[in-house]
Amino acid sequence: MYNFEFTKPTTVEDAAKAMSAEGAQALGGGQTLLPTMKQRLAMPEILVSLTDVEGMVGVSKAGTTLTIGGGTTHAQVATDAAASYPGLSALADGIGDPAVRNRGTIGGSLANNDPAACYPAAALASGATITTNKRDILADNYFQGMFETALDETEIVTAVSFPIPEKSNYQKFVQPASRFALVGVFVAKTADGVRVAVTGASNGGVYRWTEAETALNGDFSARAIEDMSGDATDMITDLHGSAEYRAHLVGVLTRRAVVASS
Amino acid sequence: MAADGGMGHATKRREDVRFLMGLGKYCDDHTPAKTSYCAFARSNVANGKINSIDTVAAAGMPGVLAVFTGEDFAEVGGNPAGWLINSRDGEPMKEPKRPVLAYGKVRHVGDAYAAVIAETLEQAMDAVEAIEADIDELDAVVKMADALANDKTLVHDEIGTNQCFDWGWIEDNRAATDAAIKAAPHVTTLELVNNRLVPNAMEPRCSIGEYEPGTGDYKLTTTSQNPHLTRLLISAFVLGIPENKLTVHSPDVGGGFGSKIYHYGEEALVLAAAKKLNRPVKWTSTRTEAFLSDAHGRDHVTKIELACEKDGTFIAFRTETMANVGAYLSNFSTVTPTFLHGTLMAGNYTVPNVYVNVKAVFTNTAPVDAYRGAGRPEASFSLERVIDKAARELGINPIELRRKNFIKPDQYPFASAAGLEYDSGNYDALMDALEKRANLDGFEARCAESKKNGKLRGLGINSYVEACGIAPSNLVGILGARVGLYDAATVRVNATGNISVMVGAHSHGQGHETAFPQIVADMLGIDPLSIDIVHGDTSKIPFGMGTYGSRSLAVCGSAVFRATEKIIKKATLIAAHMLEDEPENVDFTDGDFAVKGTNKKVSFGEVALKAYIPHDFPIEFIEPGLEETAFYDPANFTYPSGAYGCEVEVDPETGKVDICAMVAIDDFGNVVNPMIVTGQVQGGLAQGIGQALLEHGIYDENGQLLSGSFMDYAMPRADDLPNFVVDHSNATPCTHNPIGAKGCGEAGAIGSPPTVVNAVIDALQRGGYDVEHIDMPVSPARVWAAMNA
Amino acid sequence: MPTISMNVNGTSVSAEVENRTVLAAALRENLGMTGTHIGCDTSQCGACVVHVNGKAVKSCTIFAVEADGAEVSTIEGQADADGSLNVIQQAFQDHHGLQCGFCTPGMIMTAAALLEENPKPTEAEIRDHLEGNICRCTGYQGIVNAIMAASGQNSAIAAE
Repeated sequence: MYNFEFTKPTTVEDAAKAMSAEGAQALGGGQTLLPTMKQRLAMPEILVSLTDVEGMVGVSKAGTTLTIGGGTTHAQVATDAAASYPGLSALADGIGDPAVRNRGTIGGSLANNDPAACYPAAALASGATITTNKRDILADNYFQGMFETALDETEIVTAVSFPIPEKSNYQKFVQPASRFALVGVFVAKTADGVRVAVTGASNGGVYRWTEAETALNGDFSARAIEDMSGDATDMITDLHGSAEYRAHLVGVLTRRAVVASS
Repeated sequence: MAADGGMGHATKRREDVRFLMGLGKYCDDHTPAKTSYCAFARSNVANGKINSIDTVAAAGMPGVLAVFTGEDFAEVGGNPAGWLINSRDGEPMKEPKRPVLAYGKVRHVGDAYAAVIAETLEQAMDAVEAIEADIDELDAVVKMADALANDKTLVHDEIGTNQCFDWGWIEDNRAATDAAIKAAPHVTTLELVNNRLVPNAMEPRCSIGEYEPGTGDYKLTTTSQNPHLTRLLISAFVLGIPENKLTVHSPDVGGGFGSKIYHYGEEALVLAAAKKLNRPVKWTSTRTEAFLSDAHGRDHVTKIELACEKDGTFIAFRTETMANVGAYLSNFSTVTPTFLHGTLMAGNYTVPNVYVNVKAVFTNTAPVDAYRGAGRPEASFSLERVIDKAARELGINPIELRRKNFIKPDQYPFASAAGLEYDSGNYDALMDALEKRANLDGFEARCAESKKNGKLRGLGINSYVEACGIAPSNLVGILGARVGLYDAATVRVNATGNISVMVGAHSHGQGHETAFPQIVADMLGIDPLSIDIVHGDTSKIPFGMGTYGSRSLAVCGSAVFRATEKIIKKATLIAAHMLEDEPENVDFTDGDFAVKGTNKKVSFGEVALKAYIPHDFPIEFIEPGLEETAFYDPANFTYPSGAYGCEVEVDPETGKVDICAMVAIDDFGNVVNPMIVTGQVQGGLAQGIGQALLEHGIYDENGQLLSGSFMDYAMPRADDLPNFVVDHSNATPCTHNPIGAKGCGEAGAIGSPPTVVNAVIDALQRGGYDVEHIDMPVSPARVWAAMNA
Repeated sequence: MPTISMNVNGTSVSAEVENRTVLAAALRENLGMTGTHIGCDTSQCGACVVHVNGKAVKSCTIFAVEADGAEVSTIEGQADADGSLNVIQQAFQDHHGLQCGFCTPGMIMTAAALLEENPKPTEAEIRDHLEGNICRCTGYQGIVNAIMAASGQNSAIAAE
């Protein structure tokens, strides 16, 4: 990979300042960024490590909201959210593999917004709020397409707040090589209604499957969406599956998530 | 006899200790003083005309020591194919030159056209990006049918065709086979693809060149399954370095599976660069480079027909195959789809007519060569898939259909209709064992249980016979081999009684360091731990043809056996001298030489010491020393066989296949170390299941490798696989080698793919889906598509 | 170039590295500890797994500068001081959990992390935990058996 300058600030303010430099890039757990840099596909001039930034790690519950620091690893979320938000905990426990979960962070995942990543589905389905050093962004406004988010270049995901749903479940059908989601569906049943978020399937990245939400708001059961499948129009076709197959899986996984939700 | 640790004992592997402690010394772990680093510029187009390569900027980059292009090697030889195949019309195959670095044209994505040597690897990689290559992208030929139909877009312009050869086996049987099929009451036809695989040994290739100006000696430290062959190819064909000036050292090697048999251009490059720079030059492949430049495996497109009587008696097999050889002929690429495939097309059966046609095709893809199984998996897959289809069409149980046509135990030696003479086997006994170990009586109940859970259960059966230890040299010579296929061993008994055994086979996971001493210890009646194996270094070993084709034990192990026999013979002379009697009166048992009918004896250790301190030797009769070499050239192939069973569950909603049970019943003849043999089968099963369900080296129409990393090429993981049942207790010893061993390294990868696919098709058929075939890998998406077609 | 300090297998070490040097390269090239292997460039194969501050991580996917000040455990530190194999290493030998040995250091380090957090894993939990470690030789059977044995449980199917 190309060489770069490295800085390891300890405060959010210093990190933001470092990221305002030309060619600067935040480094979370690095589980996506490093492989990309090895392929010489990313060439940041300055890497701003967020590892030592204070106040960005941890899982805390206040009322019906679970707040997770942006620098919290998947492994820690899997453990610390298990009692309060089991659907989210299980999702975190299925990302990558154990070693990846020990490094990768929720903030890094959401900032990257890989179209096959798991966390975007949880954030969108939960109606989470993404907190940065500058503002709060609702998940509905945050995800803007494959690898695209509302973040500007000096924004750091410092925390993510999840309203804890009444019931939730994430179903991931793995792409057998990468173990990312070929399709992943997160179903959250909240007091305000059901939200269904789909990852891995669409060329537009994570999205809400509103037709299923409508049906499930009437009857929160697999039966309510029995014959439904996703809209294949803008879905991904690759060597692992066609758009039609992904659209079909969206239906299957949503039904399974409804059945498994707790 | 060495009761503990001799033949047949599941001795723990001694080599494990260094690997478990992180003390293995793999190629990249070697960094000689003043090492410089090499990086390659590789083509990103599948077919291109090189107009010019400007290296001036690269050469001026920090740390850069030298830049090489194809022009620097235009005068040296090409890397040859090891086997000359003649077409049906007698024409020799087309054999375009395979240069060290691409020159004039690049022919596949990943084809190296320049190399940079620098002080550090990162500097070399930086400089590679500064090379200005003016390459016109040309149309690429990727699919074999397109390549054959096309005489305009050529991989090699100078040969005027994309067809390497059009081979018939056995050509004289063609007319009879055609006639038999025409007249047959039933013919089952199946068209199938044997998917391209990327070997992906966990250790990427690595080569280090060194040159000693004072003596003119070269040394190549490299990831090789057969260092002597690599030395021979570099010396006799490519660089012309005299063999006695070139040491090839293959240290600990992290798996090969075929991909490290071959000589690659990177090896020649680092040697030439080392001489030019007078510094060690190291190249270590990245995984990305491995995907693009290691020899791939399989990649056949086949139509097979099985003609039979209404009662299921086989009349004929006829096969037409296109075999992809990629952009260049790798060393074994021409023998793999021919003599390692066509000769097995009679399978385990008494079928009277077999004809095989193979067209080898150049395409703008990475070279394809032998990968674990090499031709035999392709043969077994075609045969056992079409037999399964025939069983369904005829309404005959697939096990019964196979049994009906099996060669019976009293028919050996059996001359197969595909030209081989099987020496031994008992296929019914293997099938009996399978039915028992796989608990087939309980299958219907398990089916019902699966159905309750919304899953479709299926059973797949396969029987295979394969050919290992390709031999003998006189036969393979007639068939076109450019080398002999013997192996060699030297047994050196040191004065203090411990032993070094220099073997031509290379161990890169097979456990030779443990298993070979078991043979010697058994014969000499001594502690196996007093015996060490030396392998992988041409400066220490007499000669060797290396490790591939499940040949190590059957061929090299037999050489060890023969050399040890010679040791016993000479030691008996020495012992007789010490015992003051005639050699014919001296018996050797349990490590002691004794005069028959007396209690006069000397131990092996005493004899060894005497051999090196021959103060009172009759030196006109006995030379000092105790060291013997044997070259062993087998009389025939060995013929391992097996019966495999697999149960799968298919999720009808997603198409996902789960393997519930996998049972492998094999006949490997005599087994030296059953633990190691079991491990070999388990590893082969994983690779076979990988081929069946997960793995696919797939190019797009422009020749870009779509599955070019572990992110898209699905390697089998622990959670993809079940616990295996492996049983090799039903053995019929090989009749023609002294150990009675057959070879176990590839069986799992040969026997499992058709077993798994048969099981999936069975599951779908039982579930009411009229699906006759799904090409591998049988991915969820493909199963779902087939169910919903 | 920055100088980093780490405690590796109980010994304080320092190394001069580039910012872009990954921990695996620092261990192998700067410290000469070649037991940690690099088998891929996409963070998939797990041959490079080491423990950093007690957590299993892929040392090819963490910059050496990020490990500055860390406690690092590698395969070289797993055997007892007298050179005898630890319980996991011994189980791997006893149950034929390795063939070519290249993935083995990562497997051992991953297994150690698993047994640390789950001393009696089921076979399914073991297979699940090995998701990020690829072995091309063994078919995983010997590895799974070894980890079962190392946790004091009977392995499902002993080597025959």
